[in-house]
Amino acid sequence: MSAPPSTLVDKHAVAAGAEGFLRQQRARNGEKAVFVVLLLAALVSVATTVGIVISLFVPAFQFFDEVPITDFLFGANWSPTFANPQFGVWPLIVGTLLITVIASTVALPLGLGSAVYLSEYAKDRERRALKPALEVLAGIPTVIYGFFALTLVTPLLRWIIPGDGEVPQIYNALSAGLVMGIMIIPTIASLSEDAMSAVPSGLRQGAFALGSNRRQVSTRVVVPAALSGITAAFVLGISRAIGETMIVVMAAGLQPNTSWNPLEIHQTMTAFIAATAAGDIATGTVVYKTIFAVGALLFVMTFVMNMISIRLVRKYREVYE
Amino acid sequence: MSDPNGSPSPPATSSVFTTGTRIRVHESPAGAMTESTPDQPVSVASASAGVSDGEDADRAYESVITTRDLSVFYGSYQAVREVDMNFGKNRITAMIGPSGCGKSTVLRCFNRMNDLIAGARVEGTITYHGQDVYAPDVDTIEVRRRVGMVFQKPNPFPKSIYDNVAYGPRVNGWKVQSMDDVVEEALTRAALWDEVKDKLKESALALSGGQQQRLCIARCIAVQPDVILMDEPCASLDPIATSKIEDLMRELADDYTIIIVTHNMQQAARVSDRTAFFTADVDDDGVRHGRLVEMDWTKKIFTNPSDPRTEGYISGRFG
Amino acid sequence: MTITAPPTSPPSPVDPPLLKATGEPLRERAFKWMLWFCMAVGLITLVVLITYVLIKGWGRLDSRLIQNMPSSVLPETAGAQSAITGTLWLMTFTAIWSLPTGILAAIYLEEYADPNRWYNRAIEINVLNLAAVPSIVFGILGLAFISRGLGFGPTVLTGSITLALLVLPIVVIASREAIRAVPQSIRAGSLALGATHWQTIYRQVLPAAIPGIATGAILALSRAIGEAAPLLMLGVSFVRFNPDGLMSTFTALPVQIYNWTTEARPEYTDLAAAASVVLLVLLLAMNSVAIYIRNKTQRRW
Repeated sequence: MSAPPSTLVDKHAVAAGAEGFLRQQRARNGEKAVFVVLLLAALVSVATTVGIVISLFVPAFQFFDEVPITDFLFGANWSPTFANPQFGVWPLIVGTLLITVIASTVALPLGLGSAVYLSEYAKDRERRALKPALEVLAGIPTVIYGFFALTLVTPLLRWIIPGDGEVPQIYNALSAGLVMGIMIIPTIASLSEDAMSAVPSGLRQGAFALGSNRRQVSTRVVVPAALSGITAAFVLGISRAIGETMIVVMAAGLQPNTSWNPLEIHQTMTAFIAATAAGDIATGTVVYKTIFAVGALLFVMTFVMNMISIRLVRKYREVYE
Repeated sequence: MSDPNGSPSPPATSSVFTTGTRIRVHESPAGAMTESTPDQPVSVASASAGVSDGEDADRAYESVITTRDLSVFYGSYQAVREVDMNFGKNRITAMIGPSGCGKSTVLRCFNRMNDLIAGARVEGTITYHGQDVYAPDVDTIEVRRRVGMVFQKPNPFPKSIYDNVAYGPRVNGWKVQSMDDVVEEALTRAALWDEVKDKLKESALALSGGQQQRLCIARCIAVQPDVILMDEPCASLDPIATSKIEDLMRELADDYTIIIVTHNMQQAARVSDRTAFFTADVDDDGVRHGRLVEMDWTKKIFTNPSDPRTEGYISGRFG
Repeated sequence: MTITAPPTSPPSPVDPPLLKATGEPLRERAFKWMLWFCMAVGLITLVVLITYVLIKGWGRLDSRLIQNMPSSVLPETAGAQSAITGTLWLMTFTAIWSLPTGILAAIYLEEYADPNRWYNRAIEINVLNLAAVPSIVFGILGLAFISRGLGFGPTVLTGSITLALLVLPIVVIASREAIRAVPQSIRAGSLALGATHWQTIYRQVLPAAIPGIATGAILALSRAIGEAAPLLMLGVSFVRFNPDGLMSTFTALPVQIYNWTTEARPEYTDLAAAASVVLLVLLLAMNSVAIYIRNKTQRRW
């Protein structure tokens, strides 16, 4: 190389061809330090999961020392704060399932329909307006949804459904379930739409070329091809319904109920946890530990569903990407 | 990684010269290949006896990069098979061949950019000034600073023109008396200074494609490399921008060793001193492997190639 | 050059024209309307919800809300000042804990982690799973470990750490996407000049990914700002003073909305609606910033 620029001074320069000239000429310990810092940051999320598991399961196992797990899972009476406490979680499960079913009945079809519309029918301009609107819907704080359910939807229901004055009650599962369903629509719509957009356009074009119309392409080609992604969206949506707290605390009430009547008051697992923890219970008591037993059950249920959803999403990504 | 039992590196400063024409014998059904030139490096003196067409008699041929039995694997797939080449100092060497023949893959070994691809593995040796580039104690950063690279698609950083050129000296931590002078010198050498001197602080992305590519060359020059690798540098440029880059390459050859991969035969014929022709073989299992057919002075490759496959490619019969 | 049409027999005038559209069949149109309906239900509810909260809270949307402290005795003088300041304190520290950690974790996963290693895959799945864990479970974590375990009580510190852990996965996922969107050619260009791995990330990848990361960060914080359940778990409730430090107890807007909703007197319902409007305005402001950043920095390559 002739005449290197005079202005450059590389004090570490070693002539090409000299012994070991390609070895590292300067210490770069910073690179290793950076790696350690990054790894530690990534491990925070692992530590969080470990923390959740420990904080849930250690007190939960202590709880099961005092209350047999069979009483907990199969008992039909939930009254932990009474003088003669009963720890059968069934009423809380009824409340949770009932509200989840109502929410899913609303959210699964509407979410899927929205996704099909967005992915197969909406023009670009429409999509650019509709997707942010869905994001806003997803971004409304749940406490505001709860307020909306209790102070507007419930009075409406009581006006529409002419009960005998008994039902619908002020706190009822239907109102909470309906509003929760609306809340979950964006989750289902956006995840399903992701899955549908991942379906290769060749598949669509092939079907169009055979004379199918848009409806047939949507229902017979795109939806089946995106099925694992849509299932993932459904599972995740249901998992969100099970884990949602504020709407049910505010609109469904805090009284355990084994009836399947959606017009009555119901307490869910999450509502029990929130209300009991907020109620300033002394640490170490059995009642305090019920929070963790119920929390552990909730965590296991949602964990299983989340894992199924994650696996399904991976599956369709592997196929199409 | 390198083969620990690989051939010893040749003496670092010796002028190693081979005619370059080295056709390997292998199991070709046609049986057309014959071993032509001895495998061993020969001295300059003895080699000049067999001077090829196009040899520039005034300048001694000094090899900067030499490969020996170079194979590149992606996982278990052998992308390139047993390539022996050498690249002369201050020469432009072109690597040509049909797509998928592994020429870019080979190029990316010289500055160890293949390290970035998960599962990529190199067998055989590549020596640079006598030093095995894949030896365990070699620092890839030192290699890449000395062996610069220009990519197929211009990839200026989304920063100002000035910052693009100053980037290399900065990250290498050089004490620079005047960064302005470094930037000006590099841009001048890349024949871009006059076009951009009034807008050094503007975004590099506002430049035309050809200007961007010359900026990438300037950026590369600013770290004072010894070798510049060019991976189809004109593939995305129009003919006028291409001819500017080609003129520039001829000028840069006074100071730098240039290795260029190109799919454009005319370009290789126009700019290069030496040419290596690659092709892709299909083995018994139906798997394609890149392979070097022959390497020689450009004039000879284009007028009187030793291998019929080269001739076929040059004359456009295949590829 | 002209092409002469091949001789064909002209279509018989009695046959219906072969390629003429017969109009969209009814079933097709009904299907499209059905999809529209699905879309509309959510959107109409959104409009109704916002209108309702606005109308309901309109009477209380005045300076009292910002100047006065909450009161459970006198609804006509009650305000939400301590809740607003509490929320601002909470968000500041949630951002301080979660953003650097989340961005660094994202850099690790995108730029350093070998995806073929089981532990890196485990970290990745762990993040995805945490993103879907119910917020109340994070409340349990905060209650057991930080509020009662470490004895910090229902303070700004406890609340912000709990919310930071809650939104951390969102920050990680959004930052990963932003980092992944930086073209590989930028990395290759930098490395080929002798830059180290970290120099390449710090000087090229991160600056290019900043808009995407910022958008994701705002998204994460707008999730945190509306969370009530974990705070209720921690014992955050009714406070009549502004926080003055990390160890100060506090209240936050969502908690205040909840408290007022549960009050029997109708004046408090209006107050809850007014506070909801404040919360929605804060959210709207955050989202506008995110959209502004997104539009300002459209893909440059």
